[in-house]
Amino acid sequence: MKTCLVVDDSSVIRKVARRILEDLSFTILEAEDGQQALEKCQETMPDAILLDWNMPVMDGLEFLAQLRKLDGGDTPKVVFCTTENDVGHIARAIRAGANEYIMKPFDREIVEAKFQEVGLL
Amino acid sequence: MSPAEYDYLRQFLKSRSGLVLSNEKQYLIESRLLPVARKAGLQSIAALVAKLKEPRETALAEAVVEAMTTNESFFYRDKTPFEHFTQMMMPELLKARASQKKIRIWCAAASTGQEPYTLAMCLKEMESKLAGWRIEILGTDISNEVLDRAKAGTYTQFEVQRGLPIQLLLKYFTQQGESWTISPQLRSMVQWKKFNLLDSFASFGQFDIVFCRNVLIYFDQATKVDILGRIAKTMAPDGYLVLGAAETVVGLTDAFKPAPDRRGLYVPATAATAQPAPRFSALAGAARV
Ligand SMILES: C[S@@+](CC[C@H](N)C(=O)[O-])C[C@H]1O[C@@H](n2cnc3c(N)ncnc32)[C@H](O)[C@@H]1O
Repeated sequence: MKTCLVVDDSSVIRKVARRILEDLSFTILEAEDGQQALEKCQETMPDAILLDWNMPVMDGLEFLAQLRKLDGGDTPKVVFCTTENDVGHIARAIRAGANEYIMKPFDREIVEAKFQEVGLL
Repeated sequence: MSPAEYDYLRQFLKSRSGLVLSNEKQYLIESRLLPVARKAGLQSIAALVAKLKEPRETALAEAVVEAMTTNESFFYRDKTPFEHFTQMMMPELLKARASQKKIRIWCAAASTGQEPYTLAMCLKEMESKLAGWRIEILGTDISNEVLDRAKAGTYTQFEVQRGLPIQLLLKYFTQQGESWTISPQLRSMVQWKKFNLLDSFASFGQFDIVFCRNVLIYFDQATKVDILGRIAKTMAPDGYLVLGAAETVVGLTDAFKPAPDRRGLYVPATAATAQPAPRFSALAGAARV
């Protein structure tokens, strides 16, 4: 079974994402900010990371930059999932090494389409 | 609505657009047609039916037909047809048409435009191989409403997140608030025309590729057979037909046969005999240059 780390400071979003991704047969890990997420990744690299942008302690973009520097940090597929939905933010995320980008609000269909897009389904 | 009114509407839709409704779709008719009736100042389905029976009620008739269509579509729908398109159909046709340098593509139920625009993006991504070529994409649909949306090329945030890779969104669309519009360059690659598949294809000329996806499912067997037969006649013998994931020619017509190992892709049944000749001459032509 593939693992997906869901990184979002909103417990509601984490819950919604967990439900959708579990239905797609992922094992879910959760983190509330970039710092926690980085620690989880240092323990074990997940196959996928669903990543919010604005979070306390360490934001999504900085987490991504740190992740890609880690040993094996280039393997997880990173899908941003954020309300920052303008071209500028999207372009920055892609340049920083994100594989896909979900603009909130999202639903089951979009998550499925985007995870398919990066080859996880 | 009375059984007689329901029967009238079923007959009406079948003859106008091919749409077949089973016995118990009254709820569907009511939910789709009551708004149409109200907009025309009519209070019920009964009044709508009475009005449709008047001669020259063409605007209302069109509105009824349009309201009953199902227009769902998305970019790169089912993915594989577009892989077949870039990896097989286009390379084969680039060889076969090397002397004419012209390829014609028809999206026969284009809806809001995602399918023709996906083809336009595929072509743009292989641009370097297409210098000097003329590639036409014709998008047709029975509904004016969806064609207007297709021409505008503007999609919601939800629509651009179903199947469209994020890099292509950045590359080919511009953003206005929550909506995204496809670039003028891609828009100019597609021509649009209102067209009913029940009408004659005679004015279209010959196509090399036909996408006819997720529309035959709404028709009965006889209508499917008729349309497939007429598509075959409007296609180059070495052309390609693409159907939707839930559609097939098998058991319906001998005019097409499945392309080996390419799900959803069909070739004219004459292809096996007709193909070598034009290919050979195209190659010979190229060799002479
Ligand atoms: C579900 S959409 C398919 C869109 C696209 N081909 C795809 O697969 O995503 C079906 C379209 O067929 C159109 N349609 C239905 N009956 C038709 C007819 N008789 N002639 C032309 N178009 C028709 C509808 O208006 C609708 O836009």
